[in-house]
Amino acid sequence: MAGLELLSDQGYRVDGRRAGELRKIQARMGVFAQADGSAYIEQGNTKALAVVYGPHEIRGSRARALPDRALVNCQYSSATFSTGERKRRPHGDRKSCEMGLQLRQTFEAAILTQLHPRSQIDIYVQVLQADGGTYAACVNAATLAVLDAGIPMRDFVCACSAGFVDGTALADLSHVEEAAGGPQLALALLPASGQIALLEMDARLHEDHLERVLEAAAQAARDVHTLLDRVVRQHRAELRGGHRLVLGAGFPAADPAHLHVGERHGLHHGGGAVCGRRPCPGFCPGLRRPPQEVGGSASGLA
Amino acid sequence: MKETPLSNCERRFLLRAIEEKKRLDGRQTYDYRNIRISFGTDYGCCIVELGKTRVLGQVSCELVSPKLNRATEGILFFNLELSQMAAPAFEPGRQSDLLVKLNRLMERCLRNSKCIDTESLCVVAGEKVWQIRVDLHLLNHDGNIIDAASIAAIVALCHFRRPDVSVQGDEVTLYTPEERDPVPLSIHHMPICVSFAFFQQGTYLLVDPNEREERVMDGLLVIAMNKHREICTIQSSGSEMQ
Repeated sequence: MAGLELLSDQGYRVDGRRAGELRKIQARMGVFAQADGSAYIEQGNTKALAVVYGPHEIRGSRARALPDRALVNCQYSSATFSTGERKRRPHGDRKSCEMGLQLRQTFEAAILTQLHPRSQIDIYVQVLQADGGTYAACVNAATLAVLDAGIPMRDFVCACSAGFVDGTALADLSHVEEAAGGPQLALALLPASGQIALLEMDARLHEDHLERVLEAAAQAARDVHTLLDRVVRQHRAELRGGHRLVLGAGFPAADPAHLHVGERHGLHHGGGAVCGRRPCPGFCPGLRRPPQEVGGSASGLA
Repeated sequence: MKETPLSNCERRFLLRAIEEKKRLDGRQTYDYRNIRISFGTDYGCCIVELGKTRVLGQVSCELVSPKLNRATEGILFFNLELSQMAAPAFEPGRQSDLLVKLNRLMERCLRNSKCIDTESLCVVAGEKVWQIRVDLHLLNHDGNIIDAASIAAIVALCHFRRPDVSVQGDEVTLYTPEERDPVPLSIHHMPICVSFAFFQQGTYLLVDPNEREERVMDGLLVIAMNKHREICTIQSSGSEMQ
């Protein structure tokens, strides 16, 4: 697209953001009642849905079971209406396979698979609208879904994309910026330790600039982490109050108070089932504020 | 045939040796194996030997109609195949994960970095363009397929000559090699992949891992660069690193 400048002289991008600014992120957990864990995320105009089943027994051949760890199975699917032109995407095509492999690699690094030997964890990700940064949105949605399922993880996995235009590193690329053909970097980070789960870069970038782009992506991933953390805490506060937001259900669930989502400081309860430990403090020790009693049921502190 | 599992004592031996900065074949941590490139009789055919890993590359071309959204650009198609003679574990049904990963990496490294000028492959805009097809076959697997494959691909592309074409109005004349000399492809730069195997979350790095080292590694980092010091692709796979 000739004449479309990605970074104006005043430092504004095509959609009015600054160089290091993220798009607006909105997320919800527990959107499906049937799945063990589910989440929906919107990053600007990119919308992704993630569903987690597990840990459960290995489907298919028993021979694939790993004796000391859980098997993580990821599948990525992109809706036909997700891009500007309606495109029929066959299920097993190379790009979907590659995305699935990358997601699997990312989550095998983060999920504590040693706690569930000989079992399988399925993560299914569906992209409903693709406006750039699809890998990042998928990883963020899948992180929330895994947390919703109560599967213990080493840390949040936060991902963001970054690019480089006119000597400035841009964070969180939109489709227009990606299509312009400049270098793009996708980074998945475990924020607490600063460990990189996956790093991928396309198109030519001079090695002197790599540090800056990497730093921009890492900073953006940490910002995403702050947002996701807030979403998880809000979700728990909603559960604690007895109002469970479930798509399609008309009434709150029976006793959601003891559902411990596997936050990084709450790893003492590995599963998502009702806690059997009595007396239960009713909230994870890491939470700074005690849960608020929001009317309704008295299913609060034990 | 399923891959023979690596015994625990061999694994421990390799890891201990790496901690002491020693490699089985006597190389230093940042040493490459010897590379030998030989060419076949046709234009665009080459065999690359990286230590004992052998890759055969062949480039061919064909006139086709272009893609709808890119009417003035030629088409580049890469295909890497792991033949059964490379390793007993490579069977037609079993290789999909590794194959997808390698193929996508080759595509990203060579196509997205725009090393070939695709606009020069256009003959008649919107109707006829050249489709360049690069076929790579792995003949022997002794580690580090990706480096050998990227070298084979870029060498084959540099060696290849396509038939000359002339356009007069609506008529397209394709000249045989006897009538007019074939024309080389216009290559902007040559990206070469370098693989680093890392152990213990990045504490120990090895360049050009051979097959045994690949089995015990935690993860692999592939960086593709050209001689202008530009990075064309980075991909990390395996577990995390600092």
